[in-house]
Amino acid sequence: MYEDLLAAMRQSIADGDQDAATATANQAIEEGLDPLVAIDEGYVPGLSYVGSCFSSGEMFLPDMMLAARAMNAAMAVLKPELARRSQERSVRGRVVIGTVKGDIHEIGKNLVGTMLSASGFEVVDLGVDVAPERFVDAAREHSADIVGVSALLTTTMTGQRTVVESLAAAGMRPGVKVIVGGAPVTRAWAAEIGADGYSEDAVGAVALATKLMEGAAGAAQG
Amino acid sequence: MATRIDPIVSPKLTLEVLTPEQVGRIHEATLEVIETVGVRFPTPKALDLWEAHGATVDRERQVAKVPRKVIEDALALAPAAYVLGARDPSQDCPLDGEHVFAATDGCGIEVIDIETGELRRSRLRDVEEIARVADALDEVGFHWVPVSAQDKPAESRALHELAAIWKNSTKHAQTESIVTEHEARAAIEMAAAIMGGHDALRERPVLSMMQCTTSPLGQDGGSIEAALVAAEHGIPVGFMTMASSAFSGPATLAGTLVVGNAEVVSAMALMELAYPGCPVYYAAAQTAMDLRSGAYTGGGPEDFLFGAATNALADFYHVPLSMGAFATGAKEPDWQAGVENAMSCFMASVVTSDMLLGVGLLNGSRIFSYEQMLFDCEIYSIVRSMLKGIDTSDEGLALDAIREVGPAPADYLAIKHTRAHMRELWTPRFMERRPYGQWSEAPDRNRDWALEKARTILRTHQPDPLDPAVSAELDSIIAGVEADVASGKLVVAAHG
Repeated sequence: MYEDLLAAMRQSIADGDQDAATATANQAIEEGLDPLVAIDEGYVPGLSYVGSCFSSGEMFLPDMMLAARAMNAAMAVLKPELARRSQERSVRGRVVIGTVKGDIHEIGKNLVGTMLSASGFEVVDLGVDVAPERFVDAAREHSADIVGVSALLTTTMTGQRTVVESLAAAGMRPGVKVIVGGAPVTRAWAAEIGADGYSEDAVGAVALATKLMEGAAGAAQG
Repeated sequence: MATRIDPIVSPKLTLEVLTPEQVGRIHEATLEVIETVGVRFPTPKALDLWEAHGATVDRERQVAKVPRKVIEDALALAPAAYVLGARDPSQDCPLDGEHVFAATDGCGIEVIDIETGELRRSRLRDVEEIARVADALDEVGFHWVPVSAQDKPAESRALHELAAIWKNSTKHAQTESIVTEHEARAAIEMAAAIMGGHDALRERPVLSMMQCTTSPLGQDGGSIEAALVAAEHGIPVGFMTMASSAFSGPATLAGTLVVGNAEVVSAMALMELAYPGCPVYYAAAQTAMDLRSGAYTGGGPEDFLFGAATNALADFYHVPLSMGAFATGAKEPDWQAGVENAMSCFMASVVTSDMLLGVGLLNGSRIFSYEQMLFDCEIYSIVRSMLKGIDTSDEGLALDAIREVGPAPADYLAIKHTRAHMRELWTPRFMERRPYGQWSEAPDRNRDWALEKARTILRTHQPDPLDPAVSAELDSIIAGVEADVASGKLVVAAHG
C-alpha cells in the first residue's frame, strides 16, 4: 500500500533532492509507515542505485554527495520516530572522525563523514584541530569501531601517528581501527604509523570502512 | 660561474582568451562578491585593518565585506613591475610584463630517487640536490621550494628549505611553506643576511613568498599574518587561488574565475592598505575537479583556459602573475605528463604570465622526478622557441640565399646563410629523432637520457658558494627559532 511512497523515496535519493527526501519522510510518519521499512525499502535502494550508477560512470561525485545529503535529511526526520518506537536501524559501524591538532582543513573530512553516514555508519564528527586525547575519549564514549584521522599538511600529518599511539596507550588497539586520509597521506605513511588503512577519496573510505567491519566481524566469529 | 637564465621574452604570438568586455564582467562580479558575500580572513590583524578602512566585519564568522571603492583604491597602489633579486645580480628576474620565468614546482612530499628510482618521502637533502640541478638549467629562472624537508621539525622546516636553496644556488628563492609570522620574520632575517641589510633586501629581494587562499572565498589566518610581515619588509608576496570547478568553485569556468579573483584581489588589497605600494602578485592554479574522485586534476582543457585567462585579470589589475603550469596529474613522466604540461606551459606563456610554476612534479604536485624536471625544461624550450615567432626581415626572407642556391636540384646545406642561422632552429635533448634502425639496436629511452643529464649535473655542477659567514648566520637564525620553540618562548600556533 506504500508502493508509491517508497518509489518517491527512492526517487528523492536518486535525484539528490533533499526537500523531497524530507517531505517523503514526514509523509511516512503521518501515514504510519514503519520507518525501518522506509529506510530499507525506500531510501537505501535509492542510494544503492546512485552507487551503481557512480560505479558504472553514469553519475559523478556531486550526484553521490547530493544523494548522501538527501539520505541524511531523510534520516534526520526518521530518527526521532525510530526512537519513539524504540526501534533501531542496524548500524554498519561506529566511526569517530576529525582533523588532527594544528590543522583546520575540513572539506575532505566532511565529505568522508557524509558518505559514511549515508552508507549506514554512525558518524561522530569531532571537527578540526582535534587533540589526540579527544579522539581517544570520543572513541571510548561512543564505542567506536573505527577512528578516522584527517590531515592536509606535511607539518600536521605526524599528528596521525600520535592518535594511533594514544589509542594504543589507552589499550584500545587493535580493537579500534584507525583509518587516515588527506593530501600528503600515502600507503607507505599509513603503514609506517601502524594505521589500519588509508583512502585517497571519500568513496574509497566507505569501501575501506566496510572492509574493516567485515574483517572485525570475521575475527569475532573466528 | 652563474648559469645564464634564458627566459621567454616578449612573446610574438598573441591569444585573447577573454575580451576586455569579458574581463570587465568578471571584475564587476568579483567586486560584488567581495562587497555582498564577503571573504573570510580568520585573523584579527586582517579584520581590524578591514574595519579601519570601512569594511563591514562579522567577527564571529571572521568575514569582511568590503566596499568596491576600498578594493579599487587599494589595488591602484600596487606596483606594476619590480624585480625578484638573485644572489648573483645577473640572475635577477624582472617582473615587467615582458618576461616569462619558469620556476621549480612545489611543494612535493615524495621523490623518485635519482639513483635507485625508488619512491620515498622527501627530505632536506632533496631540496639541496634539486636546487643544485635547477641552478644549472637555463630554463629555470628561480626556485620554488620543490619538496618538503620532512626530516626537519615543523616549526623550522620552511627555513631549512630556504637555506638549502640559497646554499646550493645563486638564483632567487620563493616559498609557499611560510605560514606563520615567526617563520616569516626569520626568513626575512636570513634574506637580509644574504643581501647585507634590509634596505638592500628591499631593493633586490632574494626572497619572495606565496600564500594559498582557502577556496571558496577564504584566506588562511597564519598565511595572511606571514604575508603582512613580508609586505612590511618589501618582500614580494603573492596569493594563489586553487579554486576547483564543481568543488571549491562553481562548476562554470567564469564562476570559478570570479571566486578565485575575489580571494586574490581581496588579499592583495589588504596588503596595500597595510603597506601602500608594497610589491604583491597574483597567483593561480585553478582546475576542474575530477568528476569521479573529486580530486584536483592539474591538467585538463579547463586548466589550460584558466592558465591564459588569469593573466588577463592580472594585467587588468597591473600586477605580475605567477601561474601554475606543468601541474600534470600523471604518475610518472609519460604521455599524459607530456600532453598536459605542454598545453599548460604554452597557454600560460603565450599571454606572458610573469612566473610559471613549475617544473618537476608529478601526481598533481606531489611527487618530484628529475626526469620530469628535465622534460618540463624541454617543453619550456619548445614554447620559448615558438614564441619568438617568425622573422620576416630581409635576413629572415633570405632572398639572397634563395638566389644563390636557385631551383632544384640544389640544397641549402653548405651556404653561409645556413651557418649563420641554423642555431636559431630548435634542437632537442630528449626527443627520439634517431633513425629507426639505431633506435631498435639501442632502444634506451628518452627518460634514461633525462636521468643521465640530471645525474651529470649533480656530479659536476658547483654553484657559486654562499659566503661561509653568511651561511653560518642562516644556520644560527634557524637554531634560534628551534631554541625558542624548545624553551616554550615560541608557541607554534595552529594554522590551515
